[in-house]
Amino acid sequence: MENTRFNGTSTYIATDDLTMAVNAAVTLERPILIKGEPGTGKTQLAIEVAQSLSKPLYEWHIKSTTKAQQGLYEYDAVARLRDSQLGEDRVHDIANYIVRGKLWEAFESDEQPVLLIDEIDKADIEFPNDLLQELDRMEFYVYETKKLVTAKTRPIIVITSNNEKELPDAFLRRCFFHYIKFPDEKTMAKIVDVHFPNLKKNLLSEALNAFFKVRDVPGLKKKPSTSELLDWIKLLLAEDIPPEALRTENASKAIPPLYGALLKNEQDVHLFERLVFLDRSKAGGPQRS
Amino acid sequence: MLIPFFFMLRDGGMKTSITELLTLLDAMKRGLAAESVDDFYYLARAALVKDESQLDRFDRIFGAYFKGIEDSLVDLFADIPDEWLQHQAELFLTDEERAQIEAMGGFEELMKALAERLDEQDERHEGGNKWIGTAGTSPFGAYGYNPEGVRMGQAGSRNRSAVKVWDKRNYRNLDDSVELGTRNIKVALRRLRKFAREGAADQLDLEDTIDKTARNGGMLDIRMVPERHNAVKVLLCLDIGGSMDDHVRICEEMFSAARSEFKHLEYFYFHNFIYESMWKDNRRRHQKRIPTLDITHKYGTDYKLVFVGDATMSPYEIVYAGGSVEHWNDEPGAVWIKRLLNTYPKAIWLNPEPRARWEFTPSVKLTRELMDDRMYPLTIAGLDEGIKALH
Repeated sequence: MENTRFNGTSTYIATDDLTMAVNAAVTLERPILIKGEPGTGKTQLAIEVAQSLSKPLYEWHIKSTTKAQQGLYEYDAVARLRDSQLGEDRVHDIANYIVRGKLWEAFESDEQPVLLIDEIDKADIEFPNDLLQELDRMEFYVYETKKLVTAKTRPIIVITSNNEKELPDAFLRRCFFHYIKFPDEKTMAKIVDVHFPNLKKNLLSEALNAFFKVRDVPGLKKKPSTSELLDWIKLLLAEDIPPEALRTENASKAIPPLYGALLKNEQDVHLFERLVFLDRSKAGGPQRS
Repeated sequence: MLIPFFFMLRDGGMKTSITELLTLLDAMKRGLAAESVDDFYYLARAALVKDESQLDRFDRIFGAYFKGIEDSLVDLFADIPDEWLQHQAELFLTDEERAQIEAMGGFEELMKALAERLDEQDERHEGGNKWIGTAGTSPFGAYGYNPEGVRMGQAGSRNRSAVKVWDKRNYRNLDDSVELGTRNIKVALRRLRKFAREGAADQLDLEDTIDKTARNGGMLDIRMVPERHNAVKVLLCLDIGGSMDDHVRICEEMFSAARSEFKHLEYFYFHNFIYESMWKDNRRRHQKRIPTLDITHKYGTDYKLVFVGDATMSPYEIVYAGGSVEHWNDEPGAVWIKRLLNTYPKAIWLNPEPRARWEFTPSVKLTRELMDDRMYPLTIAGLDEGIKALH
């Protein structure tokens, strides 16, 4: 048990509370539900947990049309129908037409795997309820072959949600929960440092400054998040923009260069440009939220 | 051992269950939170809180429970006379520390700062949040109570780190967010879904096809079914103009979300209250009006009726014939709304005004009575409640 502690990785900064939640989930072999603003590294977490504990990773990405059953198995009736018309031999064994889902694959893994159920809130409202038994007991029944599939080792299940739908209480009770809050400036500097270790110190602080200022602009539909910041810094480096260009303190109120990487919404870009323009004409103090 | 804490959480309005408490105890038994109180706090939070809007509440209860003793000390301290304190402090301070205090402007100065800080706390008390008031994380709180606090106060940065994690209340902003976007509304409306198969059969019914083919001795027998779609029918009546101008944005969002969510959606506009006619096109509302009776005759009783309006007007507009501000109405609005409610038993009124203001507007009270209390605020939470009432 001792070596199965997650402490963040060289490419992922985990805060203390996140580490605790993950370790609790690993120790008690219960699913952990991760929520947070888009772009704060929810999906990345599962990948990093798998990497740092050196366990295989199974990813199950949920769409609005995904059914719980698809994670377990699917019975390919059409293939069987076709084979029966062609008179193939394999048609006699129904097991030939059972297609395994991600959950089954994870259950079959010899080593304890990490299973990522990504964006569970995208699916139908009843989706989590349909998985209660499977996640609790880590087993399910295949009706077609009358076989019980049981997990060889209980997988570490990481579930992410963007909060588009409320999840049922019964489901939540079985999980640990962590809300990734938006990192403060210090954590953010650490995160950037991990991704761009050779970044010039002053460029970083100027970039962070400009970034948090953009986040503070009132009324933005989609505030830029960590992943947008990282993209933006990548662009800044590629364009070799000097740190001085990022300084927005002076009265001229320059728009940060390449801000298209930070603001992804057309209305936000307009709003931002308008605010900057207003500021310029007023030459007044900085905008506050 | 955590049972009183558990009940405090439940009394505080959190939906923590026994399963979750047992999970927490299990985790503690395995030594997960053995290292520090912070670890225990993180663990308890991960195990007991399942909704980020509850995090703030949890932090407050956690703070109140585990710092109850400290709290009472801070309260006590407020009554301790300065002289006594000074005396006490001098007893404990080393010469070096006293020199430091002198450098800062002497003990008097410090005490003044302390008094100021206490005043500030009083103000926050008045603000109504007792918890912040008595949190006692200020350097001065620890200060006066214990001379050691004085030293910590000098060290500034050390003192900052002494602020307990749960006292920071980072989750303050998230409590029951009021922000509504079309997406959120759609999600809320989706709860009203009722699937049914109607219309032309244009989808392959796999199960039935297999079944029939098997019975047919292996010869293909294709079966088709109509597509599954949302069969809920909604009549949406929107108040427009006048006092509703303040709420145009949210009503637009509500309207566009409803339009894309329901296949059977009929909408009508009215001004302030429902009378003998409504309209569908605001530009031609004087030329082209639809009698309310026609609406009740045309759309069946299985339609769900949703009013959106602030119900803010003169009460005469509801209860008197001729009360309408725009035209002469032969029958009072109250009669018309009753007719509608008789036809459509499933009905709610969504009010963009905050609930706290309803009590003070007589027309809102009146409308609520007419609606049998089925009035809900036009927020995500209110919409959820309302949709439950529609089921």
